[in-house]
This record gives sequence, C-alpha cells and structure tokens, in this order.
Amino acid sequence: MADTRRRTLLLLPTWAVIGVLMLIPVLLMAVYSFLTKEFRGGVEWQFSLAAYDQFFLTRGLFGDEPAAIEWTYINIFWRSIWQAALATLLCLMIGFPTAWFIATRPPSSRAIWLFLITVPYWVNLLIRTVSLKFLIRDNGPLNEFLIALNLIDNPLPLVNTNLAVQLGLFYSYLPFMVLPIYAAVERYDTALSEAAADLYASRWTTLREIILPVVKPGIVAGCILVFVPSLGAFLAPDLLGGAKTFMIGSLIDEQFRGSQGNWPFGAAVSMVLMTLVLIVLMFHARAQGSRR
Amino acid sequence: MGIAVDIRHAVKRYGTVTALHDVSLAIDDNAFFTLLGPSGCGKTTLLRLIGGFEETDGGEILLFGQDIAHLEPNQRPVNTVFQNYALFPHMSVLENVAFGLKMKGLDTAARTARAGRMLEMVHLSGYADRLPSQLSGGQQQRVALARALAPEPRVLLLDEPLSALDLKLRQAMRVELKTLQEENGITFIFVTHDQEEALTMSDRIAVMHAGTIQQLGTPREIYEAPVNRFVADFIGETNILEAEVHAVSQLTATLSLAGQTVTCPAAAITPGRHHVSIRPERVTLAASGLAATVERVIYLGTDLHVITRLSTGAEMRLRMQNAGRVTPPEPGAAVHLHLEEGALRLLAD
Amino acid sequence: MKGVRHYPGFMAVTVGCLVVLYAPLIVVMAYSFNGSNSITQWGGFSLHWYTQVFTGPEAPRFGQAARNSLTIAALASTTATLIATAAAIAMVQGAPFRGKGATFALINLPLMVPEIVTAVATLIFFSAIGLTTGYFTILIAHIAFCIPFAYLPIAARLEGIAPSYEAAARDLYATRWQAFRLVLLPLMMPGVAAGWLLAFIISLDDFIITNFVKGAGIETLPTAIFGAVKQGIKPNIMAISTLMLAVSILFVTLAWFINRKGHRTP
Repeated sequence: MADTRRRTLLLLPTWAVIGVLMLIPVLLMAVYSFLTKEFRGGVEWQFSLAAYDQFFLTRGLFGDEPAAIEWTYINIFWRSIWQAALATLLCLMIGFPTAWFIATRPPSSRAIWLFLITVPYWVNLLIRTVSLKFLIRDNGPLNEFLIALNLIDNPLPLVNTNLAVQLGLFYSYLPFMVLPIYAAVERYDTALSEAAADLYASRWTTLREIILPVVKPGIVAGCILVFVPSLGAFLAPDLLGGAKTFMIGSLIDEQFRGSQGNWPFGAAVSMVLMTLVLIVLMFHARAQGSRR
Repeated sequence: MGIAVDIRHAVKRYGTVTALHDVSLAIDDNAFFTLLGPSGCGKTTLLRLIGGFEETDGGEILLFGQDIAHLEPNQRPVNTVFQNYALFPHMSVLENVAFGLKMKGLDTAARTARAGRMLEMVHLSGYADRLPSQLSGGQQQRVALARALAPEPRVLLLDEPLSALDLKLRQAMRVELKTLQEENGITFIFVTHDQEEALTMSDRIAVMHAGTIQQLGTPREIYEAPVNRFVADFIGETNILEAEVHAVSQLTATLSLAGQTVTCPAAAITPGRHHVSIRPERVTLAASGLAATVERVIYLGTDLHVITRLSTGAEMRLRMQNAGRVTPPEPGAAVHLHLEEGALRLLAD
Repeated sequence: MKGVRHYPGFMAVTVGCLVVLYAPLIVVMAYSFNGSNSITQWGGFSLHWYTQVFTGPEAPRFGQAARNSLTIAALASTTATLIATAAAIAMVQGAPFRGKGATFALINLPLMVPEIVTAVATLIFFSAIGLTTGYFTILIAHIAFCIPFAYLPIAARLEGIAPSYEAAARDLYATRWQAFRLVLLPLMMPGVAAGWLLAFIISLDDFIITNFVKGAGIETLPTAIFGAVKQGIKPNIMAISTLMLAVSILFVTLAWFINRKGHRTP
C-alpha cells in the first residue's frame, strides 16, 4: 500500500504538468475548432461548424452557391504529405547507408562517427535552417563557389523552391532516421550475413533478403520520426520555401497572427493534422502488434 | 582419398595480436577432423579462414588443390554451421534450409523438394513452416545443419555447434553428426573446446594452443602419446612429474624418476631434466615399484580416484575401477606404484 | 575480400552526408568573422560582429532575449529534471502497475504530437483560462515538453542499475530516504545530469512553441533571431548563431562525456 502511495506521489507532478499542459489544451483545441471566430481574432463561445466548413467546402465567393469541395486547403495538405514523404525517402536513401557504415565501424571509432553525426543536430533548428538558407541563396557562398569554378554562369535559384524545402527538411530530421537504424544495425547479428554469404548470396542479395527484413523495425521507426515532424514543419517551408511551397505549418501559423487570424479555423486545421498523425501512428502500432 | 583442405603456413593477425602463427595442416577427404583447444587458441580463426570470413595475412589455403585464399565466402563450395546457428529470423524453417539452393539458382519446386528431404534427414519434417524463434535449441541446431548440408558442400565447417545444448542432447547429437558424416562422405571440420567430444567423434584431431598446432593425430595417439605438457594436460587427466633423462636411444629413453630408474618410449629430446606424463588409469597398486603414501581416496561410482604422494613430494593420482571386490587403500597407507609398460611418456616442453 | 559487413559506396555516402550537414554551419561560422560589411565578400578576419553583438545598437534587445532564454532554460530544465527523476523512479523500479502504460504514453505525448499542434493547443489553453502571455507562459510550456527529454537518459541509466544495490543498503539498516540519497542517487547522477543538459538545450533552442505562447512583449533568443532574419540575414546574426552553436556543442559534449564516464562505473 505504501508502495502505491509513494508511486502515486512520484508520478503526480508528471501527470499534473503534462496532463494540464498537453492533454487539456489538445481537448480544448478540439472544442475551439467548433467555435465561432471573433471579429478581432480569438473566439466567441458559440457552436459553429464554420471552421470545418471553410476547410472542406466552398460556397462560392459570397457564400450563396451550393456546397462544393474546397480544394485549396486539401491541396495544401496533399502537398505537405508529398513533401514529407519525399523528405522521408531522401533521409532513408542517405540515412540507411550512413547508419550501416557507422554501426559497422570498430568500437573505438564508432563513438567518434556517432558524435560527428549528432553534433549538428544539437544546433538550434532555426540556426541550422538559417545557415542553410544563407548557403544556398542566389548571392550566397554556394553559388559564388560554383560560379568561381566556372561550373555555372548564373546563380542557381535554389531558395523558394521545393528542392530547398526538401533540403531543409532533410537537414532538420536526418538524425531521426539515422539513430533508430543505427540502433537496429548494432543489434544485427553479423553471423546472419556470414551465413548468407556461406550459402552463396552476393552482398546486395544479402542486403535485400536478409538485412533489410531483419532491420525493418528500425527503418520504420526512422521513417515515422521523420515523416511526422515533416508534416507539421514550419521553419523549413517558411524560411526556405515560397508561395508555391505553402505547407500546413505555415497555414496554421497564419491563423494566429494578429487580427487576420481565425482561431477556430487554425484549431480545425490542427485537428486535421493531428488526425493524420494519429492514423499513421495507429497503422504503425497495428503493424507492430500483428507481428507478435 | 585425397586431401580436402590443405593449409600451408597460415598466418593471421589482429592488430598487434597474432592469432595464427604459421599453421600448416592437411585434412583428408571424407574425414571427421577436429580442431581442439581452449578459447583463444585460434581454432575458430582457422575455421573462419577456411570458410572465407577472414583473410589470411600469409600462407595458402587449398581446397582440393585449388587456392581459395582470396575467394569470397559465397564463391567457396564450403558451408558452415555457426555456433549460434544464425538462422534467418524472418524466414520459415523451410525457407532457411532452401536459402543456399535459392542462391544457386534452383527453381522453387526443386528447392522445396530438396529442403524437404534435408528436414527429413534431421527429423524435422513437421516443422517446415515454423519460425526459428518457435524452435528449441536442439531443433534450431538441426535446422542449421540441414541448411548447411542442403547445397551439397564437399566440406562442412562446424563451429562449436553443440556448445549451447544440454548434456543429454549433446551426447545424442554427437552420434547423429558422426553418422551423418559417415553416411554422406563429406569432410567435416569440427571445432570444439570439449575434449571428450573430440575424442569420441574424430578421425583425427589437431590440438591447438596460442595460435599453433601442438599435436596432430588420431584420438588414441593424442591421448596415449601426448608430445608435450600442454596436450598431456589438456586432454583428460594426467600425472606430470619431473625426471632426469640419462640416455636416449632409437626406441627407448632411460631416466630417473623419484629415485627409481625406468625406461620409456623415446622422444626427440636430449638428456637432462624433463617432464614425463602418465595417465592415472595406467598406474596401479603393486607389491613393488615407486614408494608412495596414500593421501586421499575419492569415490566416483564407477572408479576410485586414489591420490598419493611420492617420496619426492610429488603427487601421483591413480584411477582404479571400482570392481566390487577391490578393497580401497586407507589414507596414510604406504603403497607401491607400478607404471604400466610403455605408458610413461616423455614430454617436450 | 572485404568482409561481409562492407558495402561499397556506403562510406562515400556517410562522408558526403557529414559534409552536407556541416557545410552550412562552417560557412556561417566563417562569415561571422568576416571583416567586411557585405555578407558575401570576404573582408579579412575580424571580431567586429561579435563586439557588435555585445555593444551594438541591437545589443540590448538580443541581450534581453538571451537573458530570457538562459533563465527560462535553467528554470525549465531544473524543474523538468526533478519531475522526470521522480517519474523515472516510479516507472523503472518495481513491478508493473495499472496505469503504467498510460503514464508511459503520457510522458511520450509531447514527442508524438507535432510541435505546431502543441503550440496551438497551448496558446488556446492560456487564452481560455485568461492567462496573459509572457515569461511565465513560456516557462510552463517549456517545462511540459522538457519532461520527456529529461526522462529518457534518466530512465535509461536507471534501467542499468540493479535493484540489488538499494536492497543491499536497506539490508544494512538504511532508511528508504538514505538508501535513495546515498546509493541510488549517486549511481543515477550521470543520467540525471545528462537529462538536465538535454532539457536545457531543448528549452534554449525551442522556437515554434515559444513563438506561439510568448505574446508580443517578450523575445527569446530564437524568436529574436527569427525576427531579425525576416528582415534579412546580417553578419551579426551569424555571430549570434555561432555563439549559440558553440554553447549547444559545449553542452552536448558535456552530456556525452558524463554519460560515457557513467557507463564505466558498474
């Protein structure tokens, strides 16, 4: 009995803080998405489906036409999913060989490689994104460098493009892909590769048939850890992208800026985003569960 | 019967540590050959060199006359049973066994048929669709065996395959492995640290220590005629005593042992102080011989272990069969020890 | 013959990856020492921008922002570490209990929810209960999302400590509290320290949540930098960035070494 009481006491602060500052706010956010927008920004406590209506449906310029699907916001979501997926793929293509390489170094140098790859991650994301922007700008060092080498004549327009956002997302979340894969590869039994080679498999066949299936949980974890934050990313699209690359994060941010803001709409968009994330996580949990 | 594996002056280094010093060895085809030694002696390193998982730093490895030292493991017609089995966890038992066949290009029907036959051979036919995690240690071991035999290698390498099994299972598997080897006519190269295993299964044994081969011979030769202190000590139990060698002829050597002059089979040594070895079961109580005092008698069920002390202070252990009508000697009794003819061996230390 | 773990090209990818990761940072660091006024022309080595950071026209604003960031980080990380330590002790030691799964999910909640959603929800919450946005709101928001970051190293460290140590202490007549203070806590220390450092950096670096809940009158270093960047990247921003970079690296290195040293003690 004393044990239970002690444990409850120890966990109380955690429950209090996270419960009050996360659970309740999220519930509140759900409520807000069903409220009416106030004139000056903020909300009026009156039930309304206006936010969701605005998101999914259009009723013409003056609101008097029959409801049709509003594609604007759905398109933004679709584009964000696309961007996040591409970023995840990029991280995977680069992250897997990197994780494998580091995990197969001798223990002495492995720590150094790990250290090297995690250090940039610890630099403030804002600063990293700003640095990237600085590097690839039209009159930035990269273009200067390429021009000086006579590789190009005019600066490459790298910022305000999808590519820049991709690069930004990759830059932001790469370690999230590398570290879970690294952990899985470290646990990988080299004897399996030896057995495959012993049984006449080539390196790449072994990779495809043996290594990837065995290391899959790490890969999946890495993909989720990159995809989910990328979906709701704000800094990379905002600083590196332009009007063409407007994503969910910017859309939400916009709703809470000053008097043009639309809080219920912002809450509604956040709800849609969270639902998306929950679906991804549920799929993952289900896939993990069925394997048992 | 030719030479299956011929190792010539193999050297292997790991940084500053030399795992194999100039090891040379010829393994006959169709033989059950064992590499025996304590951990760290280089036996597994040697096996891995043959399998292709490590590269030599010197020397040659010939497989049926062909130099394979620079071939990748998937280019050598040699298969391995790994110590922890290394069964592919995401594949069924059947898929595991058929893997090598798949890599060699057999079509699905042929693969499944042959894999099925292999599973029959190791008595696991009903387990084809199970995952390795659903099998016991002994079953996993047999799957590993079936998987390695499926591609019909000419040489099979076994890296301490029985060490993870409990005693009864191990003993049963020893018989199975030996039978398999004899029936299939494949060369088995078996690595173990368990000398009883080596003695019971092998046609020939290479006793290894600190990266060199200490002695190469049949189980009988290794046991009854150990060439040096390490082999004498490592295999079974033995008594090791100091002796003064006076003369060495073609066939015999004359030496003084605990005050008595005895002869023993010759060895390639010069007169002087050396060590000799005699197995406890070759020493008997007699009316005359080396004078000794009984210190302890240990009852082992099948045998009696008698620990005596010679006049020089050296210990001499005897093994007597507990044949019912024998009265065991009392501690403190003065006895005489007879050393069996030819059982005393000179050791080159 | 290279061994079964070797894959051609993987090393090149890793090195290329590291180059891409470090290039922007190194460039920014280099340009922070740029003597000229232009961002693109190199004008010789100079500490001009660093002195500007501390004494120039924008110094007070950034100085205040830095003060805010550092104090919030210190307070948030300390509080979060205390809470996380208590939680870790309850979660890792002892038998599974009803609600353990839920608690674990709760602790990980801030990590699972996209940061912008947390930001929106927290802002709505403060607005709904009528709490004026400012220093305090930033602080408590930070405490909430720092808890899981502090929790991870502490729990990891705790899992490596056999319960027999505490049991031995109790066997030798120590009270619960003494056993904790004299045996468990010292053993846990590397994990607690690493957790604190981790939480500190997380708090110091946070932008999105801070930006949402800070209101108009206050800046932290990241929000100040963001605002300045929106007006164009100037060399003094690079100087500040380099400084923050150095602080982050220092702290992470510290955490790394503390954890490694901790691993060597049984």
